[in-house]
Amino acid sequence: MSTVPISWYLIVSAIIFTIGVIGVVTRRNILVVIMCIEMMLNAVNLTLVAFSRFLDSMDGQVCVFLVMAVAAAEVAVGLALILAIFRKRETINIEDINTMKW
Amino acid sequence: METALFILFSAVAIISCLLVILKKNPLISALFLVLTFICFAGFYVLLQAQFVAVLQLIIYAGAIMVLFLFVIMLLDLGVKQARIFNLFFQKSLGVIFALGFCLFLVSHFGRRLIPGRKGDLPAAVVEAAGNSETFAMVLFTDYLLPFEIISILLLAAVIGAVVLTRKKL
Repeated sequence: MSTVPISWYLIVSAIIFTIGVIGVVTRRNILVVIMCIEMMLNAVNLTLVAFSRFLDSMDGQVCVFLVMAVAAAEVAVGLALILAIFRKRETINIEDINTMKW
Repeated sequence: METALFILFSAVAIISCLLVILKKNPLISALFLVLTFICFAGFYVLLQAQFVAVLQLIIYAGAIMVLFLFVIMLLDLGVKQARIFNLFFQKSLGVIFALGFCLFLVSHFGRRLIPGRKGDLPAAVVEAAGNSETFAMVLFTDYLLPFEIISILLLAAVIGAVVLTRKKL
């Protein structure tokens, strides 16, 4: 049995998730926003692996594998999008990229 | 020993997460995020999920953050642009609500958890067979269809990245 109870892992995961939420809502640089989204995904991965350990199952770890693959694909396409936007508008400030409503 | 390592990893992870959102230079934020990912790999080793720990280091710290650093240095923005207006009231209100959300989550986790349905792979069995072997056994029997669909998803991501970075869209 582990000496660290599962609630400690879940509390750390909740704190890091909240810090990611604050980063997404507060920062104006779109690259830092995507980095905070990755931080939130990692916090959820930690929750999944912790539950996988404490509920005697491998399903959580396999889900983490799938989540990592999806996150890698999302980052690749997201960064390609940012490069295309920057080529057009010369800015990555999310307050200036607001012409989708036209 | 395990408790001491856990406290060390969690302290470094939380402090570097805070520095990711507080630093103005996105390059410094990316480097602190790499440190966070390395601490997460330490967490996974403490939870005896060694395969996931190595995947975390290879995929997140080794591929995704390298992509981020490439893009940050390609865009090469220099110093941050001058702010037009200061949003201190809105940001502090947002931080207060986010802290309330965090307290809500933590209050639920701190109590006695309702035990879930236990699987049939206790830690002793997994350690006897090896973490990677048990992982592969579950991945290629119960999760074979998601595994194949992930490969199609990655193909779509590669095509998307190549199309979006062409000169003429």
